[in-house]
Amino acid sequence: MARAKAAAAGVNPKAKASAKYSAFGLISRGATNTSWPRVWRDVPLKKTYDVVIVGGGVHGLACAYYLAANHGITNVAVLDKADLGSGGSGRNTAIVRSNYLTPEGVAFYDRSLDLYNTMAVDLNINVMFSRRGHMTLAHTDSALRTMRWRAEVNKLQDIDSSVIDPSEVKKLAPSLDVSDHARYPIVGALYHPPGGTIRHDAVVWGYARAADHHGVEMHQKTEVLDIVVEGGTGPEGKGAGGKVTGVRTSRGDISAPIVINCTAGWATLISDMAGVSLPISTRPLQAAVTEPVKVFLPTVVVSGSLHVYVSQTDRGELVFGASVDPFNTYNIRGSLEFTEELAGHVLELMPGISRMRLLRQWSGLCDMTPDYSPVMGITPVDGFLCDVGWGTYGFKAGPVSGEQMAAAIATGQTPTLIEPFSLSRFAKGDLVGEKGAAAVGH
Amino acid sequence: MLLVPCPNCGPRNAADMRYVGESGPRPDPNTATPAQWRDYLYTERNPAGLLRETWYCRSGCRTFFVVERDTTNNQFVHGPTRVTKLGGKA
Ligand SMILES: Cc1cc2nc3c(=O)[nH]c(=O)nc-3n(C[C@H](O)[C@H](O)[C@H](O)COP(=O)(O)OP(=O)(O)OC[C@H]3O[C@@H](n4cnc5c(N)ncnc54)[C@H](O)[C@@H]3O)c2cc1C
Ligand SMILES: [Zn+2]
Repeated sequence: MARAKAAAAGVNPKAKASAKYSAFGLISRGATNTSWPRVWRDVPLKKTYDVVIVGGGVHGLACAYYLAANHGITNVAVLDKADLGSGGSGRNTAIVRSNYLTPEGVAFYDRSLDLYNTMAVDLNINVMFSRRGHMTLAHTDSALRTMRWRAEVNKLQDIDSSVIDPSEVKKLAPSLDVSDHARYPIVGALYHPPGGTIRHDAVVWGYARAADHHGVEMHQKTEVLDIVVEGGTGPEGKGAGGKVTGVRTSRGDISAPIVINCTAGWATLISDMAGVSLPISTRPLQAAVTEPVKVFLPTVVVSGSLHVYVSQTDRGELVFGASVDPFNTYNIRGSLEFTEELAGHVLELMPGISRMRLLRQWSGLCDMTPDYSPVMGITPVDGFLCDVGWGTYGFKAGPVSGEQMAAAIATGQTPTLIEPFSLSRFAKGDLVGEKGAAAVGH
Repeated sequence: MLLVPCPNCGPRNAADMRYVGESGPRPDPNTATPAQWRDYLYTERNPAGLLRETWYCRSGCRTFFVVERDTTNNQFVHGPTRVTKLGGKA
């Protein structure tokens, strides 16, 4: 009863946003069940901001936080049509790693891991970052060759990454079938000890709370309906050569000289509003989780050939993911086909878990690009920037993207770390092919 | 599961098909500039709503065909029409 009453009382909307978390505060509130303070303020929507960020996922929130924390730009609004973290940021399988295939990708994702490493202290929130190791299995000689290539690219940039043989695979994850009579025998693996998992919700809330402390505003249930552009060459003055002056939202018009598109699966809908075309198609990625069992799987295990990856949470559930559904859609209904195929493939790898039961499955929209690398920075419309194309792998990139996009806005220059990911690379044919390291979503 | 209407085989599981992608006119490879060609290769309309798209009946009759589908609910609203002209996204 007391619990129900406290839950009904919920958070107090009038209360000042919480200052800092402390062990004592968490324990005493947990024990007494008094109402928790709001994590970020609920303030009226203003008519004008210096920067409007569309999309309240990890990318939008991180960008807002770094704009304020690193550059003192605090007159910023993050707008989300639903709730913060209700897109991919609250649906992903939370795997982080930096063992990509291109030198550009490796440098970029590794910076994100650095930021994740100190995040608990920087944002004063327990993000449960667990660097438990990340293993990508090879079932064929050609897969092994790509892994050797990846390992060498990684080592050159001081990333801990190497190819290991089946006996070492067995040592790291005894539940895997490494015998040679498997249908897809494991012939080796790319092992990346610094990879692991993180609590995605905590990351989202941590950025939102820290951005709020710096004066940034978060507005949920505020849908962007149009972007106002003047002087462009397209219809209604939009498109190339134009200049952004603001956005129209479901809660009124806002003027702003800078608008950033951080809407992942909805990216092309937003960029269309500014008259900017993107090389992005929207596809769902499905995931599933089992009932909890005693911890037996110490690392993240990925199999490209079997289109599956798995990790075990601290609570003991196995979390599975796969590849994106094979056609464009904005519909995120899960399918039985997915679960059937997933179960079959997982049992190829770990025959011992055949009696485990799935708890639930879900899905989220992914913004796929032709080269499996993001689209970041300026567009042909002045003041309209993009941080999209995050496909199935963008959660791990949240911190570095936020940091670099904030720097791009504050300085007016494109930082070198994100230069390779500019939209203009497609017209130039200068793609950053990461398919070999990112085709299975995570 | 998505049942895709093949003009010869009738509704078939999408897993039996290959999704070719958005349908649209292909620029003439002899006169298109590299930038135009890359725009054709990479840029997507990606609408939330009606999408004209090409499928290939991979495990069935091996026909390319065009349908119109609503990407918000995956209902097929037009087609299928066989692709007769070779080349391009139809
Ligand atoms: C099942 C699954 C597993 C994944 N696993 C991993 C993984 O293991 N590791 C990894 O790194 N990545 C993973 N990803 C990818 C990752 O989740 C995304 O790339 C990342 O979360 C994108 O974050 P974002 O902030 O850019 O977008 P999102 O979190 O999707 O946020 C976009 C926001 O924009 C809002 N929005 C949309 N339209 C409008 C509008 N008109 N007005 C206002 N707001 C709008 C939405 O409501 C949404 O909240 C996975 C994705 C899925 C679906
Ligand atoms: Zn057919």
